[in-house]
Amino acid sequence: MKGDHHIILRVVAKCLIPLILIYAFYVQFHGEVGAGGAFQAGVVLAVALILHSLVFGLTATMRAVPPWFTRGLSAVGVLVYAGVGVWAMLNGGAYLEYQALFFEPPGGHDGQHAGIIIIELGVLFAVSGGLSTIFYALAGRVAEIRDEDW
Amino acid sequence: MILELLLTSAPDWAIRHAAVLIVVVPLVMAPILALSPSARLAWFLALLATAASSYFAILTLGIVQSTPGGIIEYWIGNWYLIGIEFRVDALNAMILLIVSGMAFLATVFAWPTILADVEKQKISLFLCAFLLCFAGLCGVAATGDAFNLFVFLEISSLSTYVLVAMGARNDRRALPAAFDYLIMGTIAASFYIIGVGFLYAATGTLNMAEMAAQLPALAGNRSVQVGFAFIVVGLGLKAAMWPLHQWLPNAYSYSPSFVTMFLAATATKVALYALIRWLFTIFNLDYSFEQAIFTWVLAPLGIAAMVICSFQAVFQTDVRRMLAYSSVAQVGYMILGISIANAAGVSAGLLHLFNHSLMKGALFMALAGVCLTYKGTTVRDFAGLGRSAPFTMSAFAIAGLSLIGVPLTAGFMSKLQLGYALFDHGWWWAVLFVVFSSFLAVLYVGRLLQAIFFEAPANPGKPRKEAPLIVLVPLWILALANIYFGIDASFPVGLANDGAAAALGLEALQ
Repeated sequence: MKGDHHIILRVVAKCLIPLILIYAFYVQFHGEVGAGGAFQAGVVLAVALILHSLVFGLTATMRAVPPWFTRGLSAVGVLVYAGVGVWAMLNGGAYLEYQALFFEPPGGHDGQHAGIIIIELGVLFAVSGGLSTIFYALAGRVAEIRDEDW
Repeated sequence: MILELLLTSAPDWAIRHAAVLIVVVPLVMAPILALSPSARLAWFLALLATAASSYFAILTLGIVQSTPGGIIEYWIGNWYLIGIEFRVDALNAMILLIVSGMAFLATVFAWPTILADVEKQKISLFLCAFLLCFAGLCGVAATGDAFNLFVFLEISSLSTYVLVAMGARNDRRALPAAFDYLIMGTIAASFYIIGVGFLYAATGTLNMAEMAAQLPALAGNRSVQVGFAFIVVGLGLKAAMWPLHQWLPNAYSYSPSFVTMFLAATATKVALYALIRWLFTIFNLDYSFEQAIFTWVLAPLGIAAMVICSFQAVFQTDVRRMLAYSSVAQVGYMILGISIANAAGVSAGLLHLFNHSLMKGALFMALAGVCLTYKGTTVRDFAGLGRSAPFTMSAFAIAGLSLIGVPLTAGFMSKLQLGYALFDHGWWWAVLFVVFSSFLAVLYVGRLLQAIFFEAPANPGKPRKEAPLIVLVPLWILALANIYFGIDASFPVGLANDGAAAALGLEALQ
């Protein structure tokens, strides 16, 4: 493209965004054994989106990841988290009792394992969706008073 | 009797999980509402969620009253002694009943006012925020964990800021009001969490019951005292304890009328409950510094709120602001009751809390009905409404009389109890202030009633128009409750006595 000042920026961003996304999932699943966790992963996911919109413009980003999707994602995240609690309850445990997820006898760890992973997934959805929604709301805001009106 | 019937008919799972389901149902429903495509469906689901919560709250009350110790313990995730505990005794059960009952009535009447106040495509998100706020308030009331209380406090506060700011469609001043509330609310929450931090450092636990057990050994510990001070200021701010009430009048005046009604009936009550829980259950009266706080801080602040804010209410021209200042004054009565620091005083405070949520609920609901049909909330706009909307306005008048404390209304009963408690404690001079403040209430309510019933309409061409039926029915339920509990107060008095006994750790009080 001729006259494009930002070609280097665009190319670098295009390379970086997939890496950031992968790193987000690394942080997500690494949370079990070391530093990391779903909240941080969600923030990193949202950062990829913000970088995209900084370089390619908000309209392009909103076309790729529409606002209704980010908003829905955060709602689904909360639902996943709360849903695991209800699932445990339906299986006869207390609210959020992971042990009850697969009707395990005491000592079994599958329920604990699955429960925490699903819940972290819910947090990932909620945080990345929430942060992207906030970003869209701030960035997409049209000034109500124009500068020359002051 | 109704309670027994409910208890026997309830399924096992409901009995086992009742305490936690009060919070879980709206918490699960809220994200579903956010995804709901239709506003009407969202309202219907919200109605379902608040109705279910109310059912579980009544069930919880029944369980608390029928178990010997009067305490429900529920460990989230079954992490016994290390996790978060939901702990409901007679005190929380009462608050949960008030909050969920008022939320249900609020949701019923909400539909027409939301249609008028909120943009169509935002209605389901608005109701989602409302359910989150409701879940947060119930969570504050149900939890037995000091840090978890903070989390729920934040859930309810954050969604409240959103709800208040939604008033911007009608009045742009809702935005600064919401922002003020955000700043003050955040300061309050940080003070609370700082206090919890100090206490955690001293005791090594966040569980309230455990903390209460450890604290006597730490009497005189400086960090415990600092933590106590932070918590009292933080929760006092949330409860709009004078002079920390500055956020309240604006937040109540500019938010959508449905939000005003819900907040006035529940939000400050829950913060006040948390204050009672900290003052009496976790700390207790054996601490000398706490005695001093009751006599020299809480009692004067309560009296100042009663007198000063009633004065401010008299001079307001906007009805919503008038009622908002009156709310701060009523919080003063409750604080005064608490500051007597014995079972009778706390019981009087709790009874007034119960009655105040009935009368302010009815007043703001009638106000919402007026906003809906006539727009305009100044006293002048109310002139002659008694003739054009007699049913709405007579319910308003009943609740107004209850606010003054006229005999045969609920307000009279709680002021009577408060008076008895003050006399027994030897604070006869405080009774004078109660009477004086009630006299001020006669002035501001009387000014309104005079405009409503005895003045000619400001605009004679105004057609005769009642609020819609869906507003009138819950409004009259509240108005009749005001009268019923003024004649036979045994139910709320019983709740308040049990609650006070539970707060102070006494055997049931007769």
